[in-house]
Amino acid sequence: MTQALWPWAAFALLGAYHGINPGMGWLFAVARGLQQQTRRAVLTSLLPIAAGHEASIVAAVLAVAFTEHVVPPHTVRLLAALTLVGFGVYTLARPRRHPRGSGMRVGAAGLAWWSFLMASAHGAGLMLAPVLLGMPVADQYSDLRSLTGTAFAAAGIHVVTMLAVMALVSVLVYEKLGLGFLRRSWFNLDLAWSGALLLSGTVTLVTA
Amino acid sequence: MATLLKPDPTFYPSPRLASEAPAETLGYMVTFDPTGKQPDALVTVDLDPKSKTFTKAVHTLAMPNVGDELHHFGWNACSSALCPYAPHPHIERRYLLVPGLRSSRIYVIDTKPDPRAPKVVKTIEPEEIASRAGYSRPHTIHCGPDGIYVSALGNADGDAPGGIFVLDHDTFAVKGRWELDRGPQRLAYDFWWHLGYDTLISSEWGTPKMVEDGVNGEILLAGGYGHQLHIWDLPRRRHRQALDLGKEQQMVLELRPAHDPTKAYGFVGVVTSLADLSASVWVWHQEGGAWKVEKVIEIPAEPAPAEQLPEILKPFGAVPPLVTDINLSLDDHWLYVSAWGTGEIKRYDVSDPFKPRETGSVRLGGIVGRAALNGSGDLSGGPQMVEVSRDGKRVYLTNSLYRSWDEQFYPDGIKSWLVKLDAGEDGSLKADSDFFVEFEQRTHQVHLEGGDASSDSYCYP
Repeated sequence: MTQALWPWAAFALLGAYHGINPGMGWLFAVARGLQQQTRRAVLTSLLPIAAGHEASIVAAVLAVAFTEHVVPPHTVRLLAALTLVGFGVYTLARPRRHPRGSGMRVGAAGLAWWSFLMASAHGAGLMLAPVLLGMPVADQYSDLRSLTGTAFAAAGIHVVTMLAVMALVSVLVYEKLGLGFLRRSWFNLDLAWSGALLLSGTVTLVTA
Repeated sequence: MATLLKPDPTFYPSPRLASEAPAETLGYMVTFDPTGKQPDALVTVDLDPKSKTFTKAVHTLAMPNVGDELHHFGWNACSSALCPYAPHPHIERRYLLVPGLRSSRIYVIDTKPDPRAPKVVKTIEPEEIASRAGYSRPHTIHCGPDGIYVSALGNADGDAPGGIFVLDHDTFAVKGRWELDRGPQRLAYDFWWHLGYDTLISSEWGTPKMVEDGVNGEILLAGGYGHQLHIWDLPRRRHRQALDLGKEQQMVLELRPAHDPTKAYGFVGVVTSLADLSASVWVWHQEGGAWKVEKVIEIPAEPAPAEQLPEILKPFGAVPPLVTDINLSLDDHWLYVSAWGTGEIKRYDVSDPFKPRETGSVRLGGIVGRAALNGSGDLSGGPQMVEVSRDGKRVYLTNSLYRSWDEQFYPDGIKSWLVKLDAGEDGSLKADSDFFVEFEQRTHQVHLEGGDASSDSYCYP
């Protein structure tokens, strides 16, 4: 049982990390609250953001699961490793890419779409690949349905943690902290993230 | 370009936090050679009262070409980098983008490592702007959340339409024309935005062919210069509404939207009215989804004997105020209005934007008045470009408008100066008689180190 627990903890931790990153959504929720001058706007922004993030993660996780089902495990690892390293290099080289055409006045659908693009451009789902690959999925499940089930569960636990952390941070900032602390404490998480992508890609490559 | 580990310390989430920023110690000012023979320059002025070189020009960076006519300029990045939908807080506020209004070149000038001695690191050539965006005569620069926005007076041939194009804020490559659908808009000049309302506002002067040889009396009397505002959907890049101030309101120039992103109003200055040569300030505002505009300040022309007037004004027997620049303090409380013709800067309390209340005024120069500053002797030119410090306590003024127009209204020539005014919390306005700097070349826009009241925009109140 303990053996099977660590991947779930990893999904949750990654979720917490995305939840705390201002660029992934909580700051947008706070901005909408401040613009409309109601906490309600903060809270109602969180679900669409989480939904968009979830969609991006599910897409990535499904891609891994399907690939794992059809190609030999060794090749999957190699592919995943190269994609991770490639993404790490890309995000380092062009650190300020972001979706165009968004604005402050998007509706719930626009917010979800923004979050989907933001998570995808960030490679949020990709990071789950090495963890998924560390789970003995192919050995345990022989049919696609159970693969999909695992994928959804992985994405689900990720996004629930993310949502919980986002909710906590955004309400705290909106009600108590204010935005002044951003100036001092908005560490360059993107740089750390690029590093993490490179590292996990390399580890996956070495253990492939 | 370097990536920082923490946000650039000059970025502030809100105008309220920005107004608590430390006082500026340096100012950057562009100057141009009216004869077009010497290169124009970016001058660094020491604004630190504790420094030995306070009020002195401590560095002059000559441009690599002649005849640019440097005019307005702006930063590569500013507080809008903290906007939640396109956050990139770890970019540096570092490069000044300085367009030549006549040459259509844009210089990229690096203010680091030595902020006192910046260097030209790149030149964007007019051909690149023309081929990739179809525009020329770049004017206003604003650092946007997702790129650097630049307005242009005309197309590559010097005709209409003028418009806006976007530069990549990492590579400074011209990304292309901004407008997807320009609707009825033809003339261009200034632009700015209400980030909280996804709305861009643009104003109208004239095409390069209409302005470069001086103000054209025929066009003016026919009401042919710009008299409209345009409202745009910022993310969708589409024209939404034209607001006509009336054909007699000629030349609708500087736009100063409220800095607070939750407020949907702003101020624009009109140079002159054909009805009585008065100048005015108007407020645009959103009401039930539609945008409206109304006049809130009118400054009358001042009668003067014809023999004291330049040719262009002799038939009218009056000096028009010619409001050519305005500026709004970061707290949206105070509006400064330059009357370049009469030589006056006025300060208004605009805490109720629909009922401005004049609280202070200083006379400097003027076509007839030539008002002096303590012992300066007669001053030429008049208050023109006005910049306000982030804390709202200091106001900087220069006195040249635009080469060919300078000659028409100040035919005896303009000796250029930079002046500082002190803005009291009680609404007073006083010229600092110890701060008077004269320049060989003509002075134009000033920007302050770290940001000022016209350099940054904010996504949070």
